[in-house]
Amino acid sequence: MDHVLETRASARTPIAESSSAPTAQRASRPLTGNEAIARGAWEAGIRVAAAYPGTPSTEIMESLADYPAEDLHAQWSTNEKVALDVAIGASFAGVRALASMKHVGLNVAADALMSLTYIGVNGGLVIVVCDDPGIHSSQNEQDTRLFSRFAMVPCLEPADAQEALVMTREAFDLSERFDTPVIIRSTTRLSHTRSLVTLGERTVPPSGHFREDPRKNVMVPAHARNRHPKLIEREAALRAHFATSGHVRWEAGRRDIGIITAGTPYAYVKEVLPDASILKLPAAYPLPLDLIGRFCASVERVLVVEELEPAMETEIRAAGLKVEGKAFFPRVGELAPEVVRAGLESAGILEPQPKVEPWQLTPPARPPVLCSGCPHTMSYMALRALDARVAGDIGCYTLAALEPLRSIDTCVSMGSSIANAVGIAKAGTEAKPIIATIGDSTFLHAGIPPLIDAVYNDANITVIILDNHITAMTGGQDHPGTGRNLRGSETARVDFEQMVRACGVKWVRKVDSYNVAEMYQACREAAAFKGVAVVISDRPCVLDPVKIKGPPLEVQAKNCIACQSCMNLGCPALGWSEDMFEGHHKVRINAALCIGCTLCAQICPSDCIHPSVQ
Amino acid sequence: MNALDKESASPHGNRDAARPTNVLIVGVGGQGVLMVSKVLAALCQSEGFEVKQSEVHGMAKRGGSVFSHVRFGEQVWSPTIPRGEADIVVALEWAEGVRWLDHLRRDGGTFIADTQRIVPPISFRNRTRNAASAYAPETPAEVVALVGNGFALDATSMATGLGDRRVANTVLLGALSTVLPFAAEHWLAVIEQFVPAKTKDLNRRAFLAGRDWAVSAERVPAAVATDAVAQKVTARAIETAPAHLLTINEAWCKGCDICVKMCPERCLSLNARMVAELARPDACTACHLCEWLCPDYAIRIESTPAVKGAS
Ligand SMILES: Cc1ncc(C[n+]2csc(CCOP(=O)(O)OP(=O)(O)O)c2C)c(N)n1
Ligand code: SF4
Ligand code: SF4
Repeated sequence: MDHVLETRASARTPIAESSSAPTAQRASRPLTGNEAIARGAWEAGIRVAAAYPGTPSTEIMESLADYPAEDLHAQWSTNEKVALDVAIGASFAGVRALASMKHVGLNVAADALMSLTYIGVNGGLVIVVCDDPGIHSSQNEQDTRLFSRFAMVPCLEPADAQEALVMTREAFDLSERFDTPVIIRSTTRLSHTRSLVTLGERTVPPSGHFREDPRKNVMVPAHARNRHPKLIEREAALRAHFATSGHVRWEAGRRDIGIITAGTPYAYVKEVLPDASILKLPAAYPLPLDLIGRFCASVERVLVVEELEPAMETEIRAAGLKVEGKAFFPRVGELAPEVVRAGLESAGILEPQPKVEPWQLTPPARPPVLCSGCPHTMSYMALRALDARVAGDIGCYTLAALEPLRSIDTCVSMGSSIANAVGIAKAGTEAKPIIATIGDSTFLHAGIPPLIDAVYNDANITVIILDNHITAMTGGQDHPGTGRNLRGSETARVDFEQMVRACGVKWVRKVDSYNVAEMYQACREAAAFKGVAVVISDRPCVLDPVKIKGPPLEVQAKNCIACQSCMNLGCPALGWSEDMFEGHHKVRINAALCIGCTLCAQICPSDCIHPSVQ
Repeated sequence: MNALDKESASPHGNRDAARPTNVLIVGVGGQGVLMVSKVLAALCQSEGFEVKQSEVHGMAKRGGSVFSHVRFGEQVWSPTIPRGEADIVVALEWAEGVRWLDHLRRDGGTFIADTQRIVPPISFRNRTRNAASAYAPETPAEVVALVGNGFALDATSMATGLGDRRVANTVLLGALSTVLPFAAEHWLAVIEQFVPAKTKDLNRRAFLAGRDWAVSAERVPAAVATDAVAQKVTARAIETAPAHLLTINEAWCKGCDICVKMCPERCLSLNARMVAELARPDACTACHLCEWLCPDYAIRIESTPAVKGAS
């Protein structure tokens, strides 16, 4: 593809360069929601930004790194809690700061958030959280609006990229004015939709400094007890603020039907019922209930259109107002114009459209797969041969749970694998060898405490660290094990072997992920070892940071016995030829896709896979 | 005749200013779906339309099904195209076109698809005798007949003919250009912004080849490119596995575990007496591997002769 249309880095929009554009001539640029959020933060004069990657939030920090280093420090942190704590530190020190993460990242950062909300801010602090309704690339579809209510932190919901930019910029003012962290809640649809955005200027507020105020900054019981009532006052003040905020949109339309909505669902409402009266709110929490009451009184019937949980609907009803919503719109999955239309039809507001019969076509399933030559492949082939009980984790390697590798038994959350394995071992019900598999980035994110736990409690488990030298799943981000930082500069590099030994592990072996015999032998010995054993499977990802492509291999068809042993690797370069052997297809290799890792050649029992002769 | 000289009919765009034009671009992760849609979005933008381009990343690089919505018009609200309302579906891979076809509007939607096939690994999972790989059984001729305005072109072979199979996407853009109301030179100007300078000329030729083809199209290529063998799965009778053909001579088996570890279908296991046993007879494909690998000749497979002409 790179010939036709460039990929990644080179194609990134250089959104930073227009910063010096004169005010009179407002530049505009097509930006994704994520790029717009980054731009808004930069315009607000942030000095520190930290994140851990996670779809669909990753590009926020990547775009921030496109702005000059003199303007702001941007970094990948080891996990979301660390990222938020870094932002909190910067806020303590009196500058504006941002942390970004995907929805489940907020679970990791929650402990810090729940104290931060009591503390408030010195420099404005914004947390961008990107939800994934429809679960395009996540382990759940939790709704951050409920979290924000729980933490009593205002939750802004931009509806498109333009609003994302402006709301992010203004969120820092809001944060400082109300002494509160602010959550910007995006969704996959907003984060990854590109539309034209008018840019603003960067204004850096006068630099603050650390303010010594233990009663506010040191959350011990006596101080925290005094802070809690402040949160309730703050909630009331924010409620009043959101009634008059410039982002409230009250569009008077039909008297018989009014819609209350916020965020991207607003666009769907405008698409399918443009003539309704609409109250678009800037924030899902806290709600301006007086304003909502007035809106409800102005129309005959009110529907709340919101994605996922009935966050607004429940609160509005609790205030004694008569609204409907989730009776017609789903609580699961992503909203879309057709979903909103179906809801309005079932509510009797729109006439049902004639049903179009689908063409009964039968395309094959196409789940995502590990790349040709993915270094994770052999670890799972070995585990499959060992017939192990495998606690999995989150990353590209989770794809090994599917056919044909099918060798992961569990996947819970980042870092869960090791402690899950400890639990399985301690339960004493499992006869198979118990193995945890965890990627390098995931290990650094949340794998170290459970590894120490395993050693401390003398669990009989094997841990395989799948070190592909990158955070691959989210598109190839650096981490402390790569020796490069967010801006690509060289930095200290974690030595996994040393670290694992320092945790007290006695049996450690680093193996080449492309050496079938070594990999298999190591897994066997590690599984036989009584106690915690660690295998480090070591090879770079074939996609990031550089695309690896070696000379392709070829199947010598006359010797192929069609046993399908190599096909069990699930390599996308391997397919069936028309040649058959005793009723089974012989195998052929797609030279364009093969990267020459040689795994299939090593697996092949009839030794018929060799380097291509031409 | 040069494609640039031709007036294109441009059935989409301009026809109802209030309604946006919806283009759905689909393909397989790694093919460049997102960049194709970026080109289209940039072009529409430069023509003065409001544009929303929406996609889902994440799994995009892992060979999964990838799609991108491009909507343009006077005013565009929703970033996504409702099912059945795509004016145009552009498919970079055949089965993906088939997968998303229901998104096409029934009254005059245009379908443009590369007929190249990328068969996913999971399609080779059926290990029963004479089983074929799973792939869309619908032929280009059938699908083109189904939709009002269909183009099935072998863009990948055309691109290969031009010197680089990677310009297939530009060939498709050439075909797409014939159904949208933008001048060919504008297309080329935008495409040039997205391709490396040294491939400008190649991409220009690819664009014009696609455009020429679409203007003069028979709409279905003579021969369909095959990246791998893919047959109609449903059409052919499948013999069931000959499960009973494997016999293990218990007296000769010493429980070395070699067959158990090597069986591609995981059919064998060691029983309590440490003797190999066919634990999953249904999964055995009689591939002979265990028979050949057993150091003690303890396994025998009596196989029926190969079925002729199976492919
Ligand atoms: C709490 C949390 N943060 C972030 C993510 C997003 N995420 C999923 S996998 C992954 C990285 C995996 O990297 P690594 O462990 O190195 O495995 P690889 O993908 O490289 O194989 C990330 C960041 C998540 N699912 N949960
Ligand atoms: S991106 Fe890297 S780690 Fe992920 S599947 Fe491909 S090769 Fe494997
Ligand atoms: S050598 Fe074999 S396993 Fe490796 S990429 Fe090529 S076909 Fe796939």
